[in-house]
Amino acid sequence: MNERRMKWMLWIVVLALGLTACEKKPDAATGAGGETIVRIGSVSPLTGPQAHLGKDNANGARLAIDEINAAGVTLGGKKFKFELLAEDDQADPRTATVVAQKMVDQHVAGVLGHLNSGTSIPASKIYADAGIPQISPSATAIAYTAQGFKTAYRVMTNDLQQGKVLGEYAVMKLGAKRIAIIDDRTAYGQGLADEVEKAAKAAGGEIVAREFTTDRSTDFLAILTSIKAKNPDVVFYGGMDAQGAPMVRQLHSLGLKAKFLGGDGVQTTEFLKLAGADAEGVTGSSPGLPIDIMPGGKEFREKFTAKYGAIQNYAPYAYDAARAMVEAMKLADSVDPKQYLAQLPRVQFTGVTGQIGFDEKGDIRGGAITLYRVRNGKWEVLETVRGEAPPAM
Amino acid sequence: MDILTQQLINGLVLGSIYALVALGYTMVYGILELINFAHGEVTMFGAMICLAVIGALAGNGTGLDGGVIVLLGLLAAIAVCMAMGFLIERIAYRPLRRAPRLAALITAIGVSIVLQNLAMLIWGKQYVTFPPLLPLVRYELGGAIITNLQIFIMVLSCLLMAGLLVLVKHTRLGRAMRATAQAQDIAGLMGINTHTIISVTFVIGAALAAVAGVMVSAYYGLAHYYMGFMLGLKAFTAAVLGGIGNIAGAMLGGLLLGVIESLGAGYIGALTGGFLGSHYQDVFAFFVLILVLIARPSGLLGERVVERA
Repeated sequence: MNERRMKWMLWIVVLALGLTACEKKPDAATGAGGETIVRIGSVSPLTGPQAHLGKDNANGARLAIDEINAAGVTLGGKKFKFELLAEDDQADPRTATVVAQKMVDQHVAGVLGHLNSGTSIPASKIYADAGIPQISPSATAIAYTAQGFKTAYRVMTNDLQQGKVLGEYAVMKLGAKRIAIIDDRTAYGQGLADEVEKAAKAAGGEIVAREFTTDRSTDFLAILTSIKAKNPDVVFYGGMDAQGAPMVRQLHSLGLKAKFLGGDGVQTTEFLKLAGADAEGVTGSSPGLPIDIMPGGKEFREKFTAKYGAIQNYAPYAYDAARAMVEAMKLADSVDPKQYLAQLPRVQFTGVTGQIGFDEKGDIRGGAITLYRVRNGKWEVLETVRGEAPPAM
Repeated sequence: MDILTQQLINGLVLGSIYALVALGYTMVYGILELINFAHGEVTMFGAMICLAVIGALAGNGTGLDGGVIVLLGLLAAIAVCMAMGFLIERIAYRPLRRAPRLAALITAIGVSIVLQNLAMLIWGKQYVTFPPLLPLVRYELGGAIITNLQIFIMVLSCLLMAGLLVLVKHTRLGRAMRATAQAQDIAGLMGINTHTIISVTFVIGAALAAVAGVMVSAYYGLAHYYMGFMLGLKAFTAAVLGGIGNIAGAMLGGLLLGVIESLGAGYIGALTGGFLGSHYQDVFAFFVLILVLIARPSGLLGERVVERA
């Protein structure tokens, strides 16, 4: 290699380094009114069978961003305008990591998402490595915030909190002294059942049986028979409706008098269809609140439906997630992820869905659970339970 | 003690359903030495067709009694499944009569996949529910509870199995079936139309499968396009346990498998001190199968009875 070529090579290397250095600077695009544009990502399935839920989440976030922009944001003496970058992860874990990397490459200031636990968890590593805060509106799996990432937050009640409420409810409200627990050995069913067991024991209940099945079984007579011998007051099932429904039927056919209790896998309309008359009196729980019970629910519904049509499910949570992110930016007086990430634990405000504040893991404090009971073939709201109250600030 | 009785009842009901399906496997194997893997799917079709008929009749205000509607559904399921059994043999297996046995086996797997996907196209991936047309009555029996449906399942299975035994042992058709099973070519030379006999065997097996399918869906309250796979696998296991090709063996194997599963699920946790949970009930059943096959490679009743059908 001669000297001249070496020089050229050196120039190219220097140029490339310079370019990457430029790229690392925060986006400095300017809006029409002289404001600096800041991008916030929203990731949810926008295509496929969950598309209606995904669009709902994106619209919830968009509504919040539009309102915040309309009110005007001035941080560190500079005017800012937020822009929502909504991407599709198809509810697929692999696509989720690709989209997450795209978000990082686009230098978003933060990510609202993902919708599913299965996508939020793999994506969270990518955001954590890039130091970008992530607030999921709807992921409930315990693992999401249990990985120890400082960037992973959520505004939805997790399965641990749900299990705790269910366990305490069984002992205190249903008056159960003897509790039998069945789970389907999936990450969801087992995780929920373990928490119910812990909470029920702590509340003074006795676990008289712990049985297992699979998420494909239809015959539970054998395990229900051995449970019957232990004479429980309540039978809890951690699993889905397709097993829960035949289980409650078989429970009745064996003449078991125990009350049947399930989590959000059981609290579905499909369960009502499958269990028929046997569904009557079954108690089920679901994380979060029904829109009518949310503190800002009515107002939110009016605003949302005027712009985007009917609310599907998690839009109010996406709205609160967006507000929580901007709230942290205000506390830090900066849109720089490094600066405002440290302020996220201090966020405290009354959102649409309730009081928003995070614990040290990034989970919502005092996350709400709604308990339902089947009456006349419909899930009726029984009561809403909140976890530990947010600390006074 | 009442717990043991209850587990035995659970197991016998489940086992009598397994036995009905296992008969279809064993009869076809006895005659053709073919494992008809599509048999589980025929069971599923039986359940689905019965539910389709029930759905059409129950919601229309025909004023028919619940029992009559279920009976009509059952008859429709039997009729359609018999036609299916005939067509499967005619279209998929007869052209391969002289082909290597592996070709027929792979065809059987293919037919199974085709039928499963056909059911998925017709009825979707959703669970279909069995409407509560039959009033459930519970009886006390030595501290255990037995429902009218469980009694009905066991009695009907026993009658069908007894009927089949009489048919095979004491009628001209049965003698022709046994002859075909022993030596197809010789039976042909003796004036037996072996093609017809083989068709009849498939049709009888399919009819029993249809009854079993309706029983399963009524018992558990639901049906699903995928239900035939596991049921077929269990019934096939039952047939092997009893000695495949042997009719009495299939009945014994079915009942035994049901009882083993039930007792396994009920007591495995206590037996292993909580090391293995009740979700290992299938493992327990297959473990027993392996033990039996080590001791008696041809199954419990295999070889003892010379004649097959």
